[in-house]
This record gives sequence, C-alpha cells and structure tokens, in this order.
Amino acid sequence: MRMVRKATVGSVAALLLIGLSACGGAGSGSSALDPNADLSQQKLTVSIWAAYYPEDIAAKFEEKFGTKVTITNHATNEEVMAKLTAGGDSGIDVAFVSGQFAQALAAQGLLENLDKSLIPNSSNLIKEAEQLSYDPGAKYSLPYAWGTTGICYRSDLMKGDEPTSWNDLLTPKAKYKGKVTMLATERWLMLPAQKALGYSANTQDEAEMAKVKDLLIKAKANLLAYDDTTFYERLVSGEAVMVESWDGWCNYGTAKNKNIKFVVPSEGSDLWADTMVVLKTSKNKEAAHAFLNYIYDADVHSWVVDNILYKVPNTAAMAKSLPALVGDFPNMGISPNELLQQEGLVDLGKASSLYTRIATEVTAK
Amino acid sequence: MAQVLVRAERDAVKRRALLARTIFLLPGLSYITIFMLIPLGFIFFYTFLTRGTYGGVEYIFTLENYTRALDSLYIQILIESILIAASATLLALLIGFPAAYAITKLSSNWQNIFLLLIVLPFWTNFLIRTYAWIVLLNTQGFLNKGLINIGVIDQPLELLYKPGAVILGLLYAYLPLMILPIYSALVRIDPAMREAAINLGASPAQAFRQVTLPLALPGVLVGSIFVFVPSVGNFIVPELLGGGKTVMVGNLIRDQFLKARDWPFGSVLAICMVVMLLLLFFIQARVNKSVLGEKNG
Repeated sequence: MRMVRKATVGSVAALLLIGLSACGGAGSGSSALDPNADLSQQKLTVSIWAAYYPEDIAAKFEEKFGTKVTITNHATNEEVMAKLTAGGDSGIDVAFVSGQFAQALAAQGLLENLDKSLIPNSSNLIKEAEQLSYDPGAKYSLPYAWGTTGICYRSDLMKGDEPTSWNDLLTPKAKYKGKVTMLATERWLMLPAQKALGYSANTQDEAEMAKVKDLLIKAKANLLAYDDTTFYERLVSGEAVMVESWDGWCNYGTAKNKNIKFVVPSEGSDLWADTMVVLKTSKNKEAAHAFLNYIYDADVHSWVVDNILYKVPNTAAMAKSLPALVGDFPNMGISPNELLQQEGLVDLGKASSLYTRIATEVTAK
Repeated sequence: MAQVLVRAERDAVKRRALLARTIFLLPGLSYITIFMLIPLGFIFFYTFLTRGTYGGVEYIFTLENYTRALDSLYIQILIESILIAASATLLALLIGFPAAYAITKLSSNWQNIFLLLIVLPFWTNFLIRTYAWIVLLNTQGFLNKGLINIGVIDQPLELLYKPGAVILGLLYAYLPLMILPIYSALVRIDPAMREAAINLGASPAQAFRQVTLPLALPGVLVGSIFVFVPSVGNFIVPELLGGGKTVMVGNLIRDQFLKARDWPFGSVLAICMVVMLLLLFFIQARVNKSVLGEKNG
C-alpha cells in the first residue's frame, strides 16, 4: 500500500515536472510576439546611464509610435542589476547594461530572446559585432556602443617617450612618476597588469591573480591617483601625463587639447560593450523591440557617435558620422576588426569576490 | 469620596499626558522603526546568509561571513579608518574649542553672524566642496601655482592623494559639527560660576580649567562623536582627496555591495560598524553621567 502511494506521488511529481518543463520550454522560445500589436496601448520603462542618450528620445519615440516612454537613470551597472535581480517584475522593460552584466542576467533567465524580425534595423549591426563573447549570435542583447581601453597621454609632455606598452604605465620612467593615473573600477584596475603579464582579462586563476596583485602594488607607488571620472581633465591641466582610459573618454581630453592622444598597448586590451536587453518580465515586448529598432536607426544611433564620441557597432550610423570626426579624434577610426582582436570581457561569476579582494588589497596597501 | 474623585482626576490627567506623549512620539518612532530598525534587522539577517553569484543572497545559513571579517586585511583597514577619523576629530577639537569659546565672548548680534557663517558651507553640495580642495591643492592648482610665482618653492608640493589629505577633507567637512555643540555648552554656563571661582581666589586659568572646561565637557563629547562617526564611515573623501589610494571602512562596505556583489559580507562589515559606534555612544553616556554626577554631588 505504502509502496503504491509512493509510486503515485512519484509519478504525479514526474508528470508535474514534465508539465512545468514543457511550459518553460514554450516560454523561453520566441514567445509569440505580435508584429501588428498596437504600440500606443503599451508603455515602456527604459533604464539607462544618465546623459548617455538624446534627451528628447522619449518624446520622439512617443510621437512616432504613441508609446509612453519613461526613462529612469542608473549611475552604474550594479545599481540597475540590483533592481533587475531583486525578484519579480522590476517594471523595467528595456535596460542598458555592459555586456558581461547582460550575460549574468541571461544566466539567470531574466532576458527575452530578441526577435530580430521586429528589429529590421538590426541589419545595421556590424557583422563582426554579432559574435561578442558575452553573447555570441547577439541572441538576447543588441550592442549600443563599444570600444576598448588604452593609454591616453600628452604627446607634447612625453616627446620621445610615447607609451606603447602597459609597462610604460605600470613602471613609468622616473620623470613621469606621480603623473600617472589608473582606472579604479576592478576589471580595468586589473587589466593593465593582466595584459602586461600575458594573462587573460577574464582569468580566474588564483596564482595568476596573485602575480597581478604584486605588479599592481608595485605600480601603485608611481601613481598620482586611481581615477574613473576626471582623468582626462588631469591631462588637460598637466597634473598627469598619461592615464589609463577608455577610448571614448580620451576624446574628451583631445577635444580640449590636440596633444592628447590614445594608444592601445602592444600587449592588447579589452573589448567592452554597452548593450540593450529586453526583460522577460516586460509586458510591452513589442514596444521594447520597436525601441531597440528605433535606436538602430542611423539617424538616432549616430547621436551617440557625434555627442558621446563613442564608437557604435552600427554600419549606417558610423558611415554617417565618422568622416567628420575621425580627423579630430583618431581613435574613432579604430576598425571593428581591430576592436575584435581585443579580449571581450565576460562575467566572472563567483570569482568576482577574488577580484574585489585583490582590488581591496592593492588600494589599501 | 472626595479622595477618590481627586485620584480619578489625577489618573485622568496622567492618562491624557500619556496619550499626548504617545501621539507626539508616534511620528518619530514610526519613522525610526520603518526606516531604521527594520532595515537594520534585514541587514543583520543577511549576515548569516550566503552570497548569490549575481548579487542578492541565497538562503544557506553560515557564520563564515563573520570569520572572514577577522582577516588581517580588514582589521588593518578598520584600524586605519579609526586613526584617520580620530585625527580629524582631534584636530577639529583643537580648532573648534577655541573658536566656540571666542564666539561666546562676542555680543549676541556678532554671535549670530558667526554661527551663520559656520553653517554656511552646508548650503553647498558636499561633493562640490570636496572637489574644490582638489582645485586648490593639486600640483597645477592655485596654492602650488601661487607659491611658485612668489618664489617660495620651485617644485610643486604633492599635497593631495595621501592620508593627510583625507584627514584635511574630513576636518573641513565636519568642523561645524564640533563647534556648534561646544558653543551651546559654553553659552549655557552661568557667568556667576566663574565669578564665584575668581572671588574665591582662583586664577583665571584655574577658573577655566576647573569650572569652564568640566562644564563644557558634554559639548566636547557630543561634538567629538558628531565628527568621528561620519568621518569613520565616509567613502567620498578617501576616494576624491585620497585618490582612491586610501581605503576606509566606508569604501570597503560600498565595494562589497556595489562591486563584489557580496551582500552578506558587506552586511557583516556594516553591523561591525554599528556595534562599534554603539559602544562609543555608551562610553560617551557613561563619561557624561560621571561628569554631571560629580557636579551634583
């Protein structure tokens, strides 16, 4: 009798499981989006970094499709991640996050697979950018902007010593000591030492990271500061002569002083991307796809190139904006192929504790 | 009969007083409960959980987060934070006490003007005021350029991005919080007490040391706590004026939540801070009590 009951319970459980997984399977596929949905009946909430988008984007989109758009700003990836992973519906339909964070969201099953038929402008996506390491095939994310990290320097103050290697930054000549800054955000704090030692920017090997730590502690003695936000100003004032910098940010310095130049060190660097994702919890998925499609319009997407001085993986937008800019800002001309030679940053999962611990040890020494 | 009535009346008055007290306390109490005690409870609960790979927590109970906090790396950061905050507090006291004392000696109009001047900086955003120090002190800044121009130095001084710059930033930020409580303790001292001491043969220095100073001590303690507590948890000043090269407990806690996605460990560090500060308040209350007790006895 007991045996029978057990068996019954077991089979019911099994049936339930099969049923659940069937539902799950149906849900995770392209959950039938209606190409003819009335977008004016939908509402969008978009979370994006402040000052990273045309200010009138919500109004323009509403004018075109009748969809009411609310833009919320986040200051960091971590901030929006906290909202998106808190469980339940965050109320956010479209989020802008860096590639490795999109990967983390996808790993938790929080992202909708994109239906490219609803994003016809995605044909503008540069072919090379379809295979970024955090999302090969651009299945659940569409990159908004991309670039790399290198050394931004004053060519007039470093004549004859123009940096070409991460070692020039980590162990500068005596006369440049105390006139160097490095980025403070962990992944980029590690990057120069990782690349100088010939390691992956995504390494999780503890022995390698111990060597990275030693090199970074040595480098700290020569640093003016760790700086994520004002490093290009320091180049303009002459307080610093070379700084670790994202490509786009170096352009802000170049805009004020033509002697400020950018170089990708010979050991290689990272390939970063900020990307757009649609949340699975969104009840306005058609409008969300339409929003991504709208961004990929050359006229809209080129705003990022013209105003933020970031490269975008959009053939038409780059063709439209690049010719006028590349003369003043040579790093805008770094080709997709050159970018793809750099190493894509991927999520570290559990190893992010290791990185934080080493960052603390380095900065507290 | 009359006695019963009187008692009933007295009880009614008591009840009304109690009711009034409850009503007046209710907004404050509910505010503290909802926005402080309950969130603090959550944080305490989180300290026993396991870190979720992508942030948040997993409901696997452990004490490991506490043992991790005992690592020499974190202890060292805690000690350095305490030293930096204590230095800022001591300097604030050395500058703040004479300033507060001098203000009490002014006419009441001038007292008001000076008190206004002391709180005036609070009308500007803290971040901007801290950035201003960078503009003043950097190697290409006003101070260095000025000193070079008048020939005092020929190489710019490296003033920023050291623990000293962090202490300066904290001192600047919280000095008013030292001056105000000391001032309010000093103005409350009855001038007759000092006069009595002098009449009884004390020299002015003795009167200051034996009358004014002990009576001002509660203000000194409150001011010290007001400066020390926000200093030890500050993470903006170490980042800006310390150039990210000095790590304080505040930075450490922020990094656990925002960078490492390690909420349980961040919670442990936060709880440690709370316990440490409660201890400090306890000591302050004890000292306060013994000082005031002596005066009464």
